[in-house]
Amino acid sequence: MKNQCDKCGKPATVYLTEIVGGQKIEKHLCEHCAAAEGITIKSNVPISQLLEDFILQSAGGEDEASEPTCEVCGMTFSQFRQGGRLGCPNDYDAFAKPLAPLLERAHEGATHHMGKVPHRADSGQKKQAAILRLRAQLKAAIADEDYERAAVLRDQIKEFESS
Amino acid sequence: MRLADLTQHAGEWLRGEGPMYDVVISSRVRLARNLAGMPFLGKCTETQQQEIEQRLRTEVLAGPAAPEMFYVDVRAAGELDRRLLVERHLISRQHAEASHPRGVAVSGDETVALMINEEDHLRMQVLRTGFQLAQAFEDISRIDDALEQRLDFAFHSRYGYLTACPTNVGTGLRVSVMLHLPALKMTGQIEKLFHAASDMHLEVRGLYGEGTEATGDFFQISNQTTLGKSEQQIVSEFVDTMVPSFVQYERRAREALLAERPAAIDDKVARSVALLRSARLMSSDETMYLLSLVRLGANLRRVEGMDLKTINELFLLTQPAHLQRILNREMTPDQRAAARADYLRRRLNLN
Ligand SMILES: [Zn+2]
Ligand SMILES: [Zn+2]
Repeated sequence: MKNQCDKCGKPATVYLTEIVGGQKIEKHLCEHCAAAEGITIKSNVPISQLLEDFILQSAGGEDEASEPTCEVCGMTFSQFRQGGRLGCPNDYDAFAKPLAPLLERAHEGATHHMGKVPHRADSGQKKQAAILRLRAQLKAAIADEDYERAAVLRDQIKEFESS
Repeated sequence: MRLADLTQHAGEWLRGEGPMYDVVISSRVRLARNLAGMPFLGKCTETQQQEIEQRLRTEVLAGPAAPEMFYVDVRAAGELDRRLLVERHLISRQHAEASHPRGVAVSGDETVALMINEEDHLRMQVLRTGFQLAQAFEDISRIDDALEQRLDFAFHSRYGYLTACPTNVGTGLRVSVMLHLPALKMTGQIEKLFHAASDMHLEVRGLYGEGTEATGDFFQISNQTTLGKSEQQIVSEFVDTMVPSFVQYERRAREALLAERPAAIDDKVARSVALLRSARLMSSDETMYLLSLVRLGANLRRVEGMDLKTINELFLLTQPAHLQRILNREMTPDQRAAARADYLRRRLNLN
């Protein structure tokens, strides 16, 4: 796949197909040249772009050893930076600090949810986090082939979920 | 209802009617949800992914809309079926091409599609013909409310509904309309619209044809941000101001074209009709381009014997997976080009 701008050779982000007189013409342009041609496609700032900007901002001085890690799913912040997807709901708290500016940038400066709240929101984040933790323990128990413990954990999860 | 029954006709969203159908092809709302107490998909073991699929499948098919829903186990489905679902906008490309346990529940009229184990555990979609965003939002809220009676979704007091990708967090709501904007494109004014859209923090994407390039005159406009506004706010901005103003730009451009250069329009439309009725090889990109012009001609009443429903249907039925299903054989792109041209000639020379 070609991914350089036809005009200037920079990475192309706009792909267009036009058919003129039955002839298919493909254009690959960078955002700049596309704008000059009058065919800008303004796209959502992709998560990869957000992360790249973020890395540039925070480059240097960051200590790998002290990097934030989610104790529930084991996701580290640099794993998230690489893949662009979070590991579990608890990551929003585990990475609260570095995530906040990223969320603000992705959402035009918004910092809080203003919409719907589930009917059962009272069942609470604490319970959600507890189940998540039990599941992590269950996974570990199965990996250790400690099936007795796994059975106990499974029962606890069921109990929590139906409470 | 089975997948195989879908091939011969188009879903509700391509009926070519509904408010502002001359410009607004379809309206779509999507909600992203994840089960509380479960890791997001990327950190799930396969057993957990199966657990999620079974759990959600059971709940989704137990809902009030259940009798008319059918379920497709996407992992078990063949490649052609998966591509068929993508062409019908019932699952995403990403969902079609993944390899983990996943599925989709679809309503009989195809207005509702509930994708399980896409990027999030549950991606709910309502898709309707014409400009029916408010109705679509009502539909999806009802489905979400019903599911919330029986399921806990991951929710955070500050960030709202939690999603695997932080760009969807908050409402998890993506609202979009598919617009047909041939006159703005023809008169070089599409750039203005893109600027207006970006000022309003909207995302504009071309409609993808067979390749990954935007093809022709179809553009999907959606909200970019999901945090910091209520669902009603997001929907009403679209319904009250944004979409009506885009529709008005396009209609004005059509009127101006017709007033100033009627022969130029008629020529483009007539050439398109002639090509579709007589060509022997037709790529899906060219088909889309030509059908777009015929659709414009039909909307402006500059062409006889072409109804919108047929034109819309042909957009769908000439796509690769549909074509192969209708003709009941697998084909290379070259064979498809010939078969597509045959099919178009047959459909368009009836009247
Ligand atoms: Zn360039
Ligand atoms: Zn985590």
